[in-house]
Amino acid sequence: MPRPVAVVAFAQTEHSGEDRGMAEIEILAPVITEIKERTGQKQFGFTCSGSCDYLAGAPFAFVSALDAIGAWPPISESHVEMDAAWALYEAWVKLQHGDIDTALVYGFGKSSQGNLRAVLTQQLDPYHLAPLGIDAVSLAALQARAYMERSGAKEDDLRAVAARSREAGHGNPFALHLPAPEGDDYDVAPLRPYDVAPVTDGAAAIVLAAGDRARELCERPAWITGIDHRTEPHAPGVRDLSRSDSARVAGEKAGATGIEVAELHAQYTHEELILREALGLGEDTVVNPSGGPLSANPMMAAGLIRIGEAAARVHDGSASRVLGHASSGPCLQQNLVCVLSGENHG
Amino acid sequence: MPSDTAPVENAPGDTGPPEPNHVLEFPGGYTRSVGPVIGRFFSELRDGRLVGVRTADGRVLVPPSEYDPQTGEDVTDEFVEVGPVGTVTTWSWVAHPAKEHPLDRPFAWALIRPDGADTALLHALDLGIFEEGAKPPKFLRTGMRVRPRWRAERTGGIGDIECFQPEVTMINAPTRLEYRLKGGQALRRFLEGMSEGRILGHRCPVCESVIVPMKGLCPRDGVPTTEEVELPDTGTVTTFAVNNIPDPRAPEVPFVSAYVLLDGAGLTMLTLVAGIPADQVRMGMRVKAAWRPREEWERTMGNIKWFEPIDEPDVPFEEIKDFM
Ligand SMILES: [Zn+2]
Repeated sequence: MPRPVAVVAFAQTEHSGEDRGMAEIEILAPVITEIKERTGQKQFGFTCSGSCDYLAGAPFAFVSALDAIGAWPPISESHVEMDAAWALYEAWVKLQHGDIDTALVYGFGKSSQGNLRAVLTQQLDPYHLAPLGIDAVSLAALQARAYMERSGAKEDDLRAVAARSREAGHGNPFALHLPAPEGDDYDVAPLRPYDVAPVTDGAAAIVLAAGDRARELCERPAWITGIDHRTEPHAPGVRDLSRSDSARVAGEKAGATGIEVAELHAQYTHEELILREALGLGEDTVVNPSGGPLSANPMMAAGLIRIGEAAARVHDGSASRVLGHASSGPCLQQNLVCVLSGENHG
Repeated sequence: MPSDTAPVENAPGDTGPPEPNHVLEFPGGYTRSVGPVIGRFFSELRDGRLVGVRTADGRVLVPPSEYDPQTGEDVTDEFVEVGPVGTVTTWSWVAHPAKEHPLDRPFAWALIRPDGADTALLHALDLGIFEEGAKPPKFLRTGMRVRPRWRAERTGGIGDIECFQPEVTMINAPTRLEYRLKGGQALRRFLEGMSEGRILGHRCPVCESVIVPMKGLCPRDGVPTTEEVELPDTGTVTTFAVNNIPDPRAPEVPFVSAYVLLDGAGLTMLTLVAGIPADQVRMGMRVKAAWRPREEWERTMGNIKWFEPIDEPDVPFEEIKDFM
């Protein structure tokens, strides 16, 4: 029986679609300040972050971000070179050990200062994929076609996802407020520009707490009732791109049933459709009421934000069983599912 | 090591994307060892061959990996030549190539399963010359058969395949033959009539129907015909077709080709019908020949441009049904 751990606080930046002239640490620092104030905590039992050096073009770029959290006297700290949802998983595991009661998790990324598509090429297999220069959108478009040809979904179905996400994003003060989808030109066919998440700068932070500490720090903690992550082979040619087996298994292991609200880390419209199918989300599940990554996609924070946005529905009492999802790697290679509940645990 | 320079602001009034002020680069490239499996794949590529590796359960992985992605077990040491022809399993179309891309004109990315392999290889697919921004060509689709275009200078890497290209499925062979035709006596006489603005036919001595244009015999009775009859240039549409493919003889697309039964004739003539929208032509419609100006007349059927509707009631179907 895992130790009861909850999301007790969530903060994020007002994300930006363009360079506002702030360094990564300047984007991050106010979020850390805010979440410390909200929880009344200056110190945490563990700190874990997610970021990507290639976004800044500098090795160990995450180290300088430690200045934002105050790393003296020395703290217990770790980092993942991927979305901070995986940093949250590491922190959850650390909390399971039982020797700490709180953890701070944060992620940040400033995608606007380079060519994001080319940056993401560097995460690919260096023997067969990266030397071809294939970019993230071209890879996603291969998956979109495979999905449409298998499922019978049409380009209009993708457009509907974009329209709903952008509309929802208008109700989210932290998201970019993008116009309704229009135009027939492709980006990389079959994807049009609105099928692709916008380049976004931003940061987010979450505080996890265990047992009674959670109840002290939050009126309605969002208890993590299940969390799991799975991966598939890196090579796209050995997978059935039209499906996401790793999301399906992660969802099953995390106990993703009876979900009222799901926040999906779908960075392309077709990914939402693949994920809905893999996670068995029906019409009665509200998907991405925040607008999702199609309305704001700060790299390395967007997955963590999905967990935070889902938890926020529990915090405000508007839902009691929610799901946060994060993905990483080409064509939804890796998937993390976190099921949260407002029911009293522990 | 990254090379670094001090940040530089763009000059005032300078529009367009700012120049990079920081470059991350490993001059000379990053050295990686490839190991025996990927090494074998690249060595074979350098020799112009595509190989996969067999798994313990008999599947062939291309590109080869050290382990079976389904079971995690080691693969066997059996390498199998595959392809080089393969089948596209999915594709995306790049209308605006980036500078990092392998082709500088619109192209496709494709997952390609080489013949004899159980997995697919990712590569670029060159489909010919397209203008920047072009839509994907109709013939590009999943299932398409493609083969590699090898680079002349190969070094042992995925780039030894410059790209893939479609299999040759069609050729275009120009054809031209030259003739000197003579039309025969009956046709010569008919065209002589046309050059005078007359439509001539022959009356059959057996069935008495008028055959126009005449052929010198009656197709119904198989007897020679010689009695000339001049017919009026009015008639009735018996049946017709709407054509959507342009033809140099037709006024515009769509045009109507029709069988017209000249008044007094026993056979229909194939002709154009114009002067009326294509969707208003009907069986039984009354028509009249539209002649070219007299000074343009030659010994040709083309003296009649087409037939045009005239203001007369349609002929009932019963009266034309035997002339279809
Ligand atoms: Zn006869």
